[in-house]
Amino acid sequence: MADADPKISGAASADPMVMEDDAAALFRVNRRAFTDPEILERERDYIFSTCWLYVGHASELKSPNDFLTRDVGGRSLIFNRDRKGVFRAFFNVCPHRGAAVVRDKAGSAISFRCFYHGWAFNNNGKFGSRFEADTYPEDFNADGCANLRSVPRLESYADFWFVNFSESGESLEEYLGGAKAVLDLIADHSEVGMEIVGGTQEYSIRANWKLLVENSFDGYHASETHSTYVDYLADATGYGAKMLSSNRPKLSRGVGLGNGHAMIEYIAAWGRPVAQWIPSWGDEGKVVVDAKRKRLEELHGAERARRIARANRNIVIFPNLVINDIMSLTVRTFYPEEPGRMNVQGWALAPVDEEPDFRRTRLDNFLEFLGPGGFATPDDVEALESAQRGYRTIDVPFNDISRGMRRDEKYHDDEEQMRVFWREWSRRVEGAA
Amino acid sequence: MSEAAVKERSALWDHREVEDFLIAEAALLDKWELDAWFALFAEGARYEVPQAAAPEDASPQTSLFYIADDYFRLSERVRRLKNPEAHSEFPRSVCARVISNVRIVKTDGNLAHVEAVFVTYRSKNEITDVFPGHHRYVLEARADGLRIASKRSTLALDNLRPQGRVSIIL
Repeated sequence: MADADPKISGAASADPMVMEDDAAALFRVNRRAFTDPEILERERDYIFSTCWLYVGHASELKSPNDFLTRDVGGRSLIFNRDRKGVFRAFFNVCPHRGAAVVRDKAGSAISFRCFYHGWAFNNNGKFGSRFEADTYPEDFNADGCANLRSVPRLESYADFWFVNFSESGESLEEYLGGAKAVLDLIADHSEVGMEIVGGTQEYSIRANWKLLVENSFDGYHASETHSTYVDYLADATGYGAKMLSSNRPKLSRGVGLGNGHAMIEYIAAWGRPVAQWIPSWGDEGKVVVDAKRKRLEELHGAERARRIARANRNIVIFPNLVINDIMSLTVRTFYPEEPGRMNVQGWALAPVDEEPDFRRTRLDNFLEFLGPGGFATPDDVEALESAQRGYRTIDVPFNDISRGMRRDEKYHDDEEQMRVFWREWSRRVEGAA
Repeated sequence: MSEAAVKERSALWDHREVEDFLIAEAALLDKWELDAWFALFAEGARYEVPQAAAPEDASPQTSLFYIADDYFRLSERVRRLKNPEAHSEFPRSVCARVISNVRIVKTDGNLAHVEAVFVTYRSKNEITDVFPGHHRYVLEARADGLRIASKRSTLALDNLRPQGRVSIIL
């Protein structure tokens, strides 16, 4: 941790990265925010060491003793359930000499044993090795120094588990603010529960992590960057090109959700396994989708059912949890390895009780658009990497994020959602509060 | 095919012919001759790339894949890759595909299960990425030559770092 919290010191930077001029309706970000190693150091201290960060979904640890290992915020973690079923998070670092205690990606174990010197731990973190008398003093580990170190805080909301590396600060629920209502909408996709399916996608992008924040809920780039995906949709949905080039839908908005979280919400022509039918799913598919919609209406009323079934949402929970409830449902996090490179982890989320045909469609939809071999994401990667290279040309120093500033109600293809992110980023990193 | 005919055809599978076919396929991809490449596929064929580190028997019905194309989506992939709006591959990357360790592991009449090791180099924007892995084919012998009935390219990688994407055909 750095010595002072900029929120408290209030020391705004003399060379601000984020510049907002309401009167002129201009919002600019200095491109140094994407390239400067000192900025990354400040992000490590004031964002990745103090914000609530997503660690995993409850469905990934279905039973007591289940564990997984994951890098979160630059730390190696064990996320697990102990013998009693309690959810836990530990630093995956041996208190003895620092080797990784767990080297598997996932599994089930009642205890963990470091492969280096064999120090062993109960899966509740308690040091479990026994030694001959006089090997260590009798009160060794009285202070817990030989236990697995717990992550300071671990909390969940709607089966989404988060860690916080700071001992103090607001609770997860306070932090999530208006984002809770969106997590509730996702939970309502199923009466039985939601689960991560199909494995983890791990890839990297040679670009600053904040470029993927922007891109993940950028409603403006879609028709330009992803025209080949739109062409494909026209063929694959059965609607044809005409339907896809319709006018601005009734639902089109970009909104902040408090504390730097934001989302866009809109209608699109792709099929949604929950629950928007497209012609290529045929009459049989329509029967199933209609039944799903009817059940949603019974449970949640017509208006909320419509929102769950038809509205697309791209959400960023500050700083880096993306949940895109679109033609599939993706959960994604990403962390900077260096200013110009990030590691991305992505998952598909689905109703536990989904029909096999719809599960397959969901996974197909995911790989067609969201996957690194799909018809869209590779072009996003190209755009992000191109922008990152562009920032080497320091003579053109600012990004423009002003779109729609003058509008009272922002559209999903405006840039208000990005401004919400950048204002919070600036407050934390630059002390602009 | 009668049992006798199956037997007869099984005996005709020639390692040299199979290896030449795979090398010719790689050459078409290296030259971005995608229509000619697609013509090597039998109607109804599939092309799949499972996720890095996926189990050997992974199925796209239950696991995320990078690519799990049926014949229709494969045709769309080819169409997309020929479109200058496919930004990841326009301007084109420069690729070299090395095919080796070719084995005919099983034959069944006019079908042969073939495995090969590949290393594909993709270079663009001053960066060269390497994609190593194993191809598993089902090849079909026809009167006018061999066709690909299915192709699965399994990456010998832990994850897609640093490559970040599979925007070429491996």
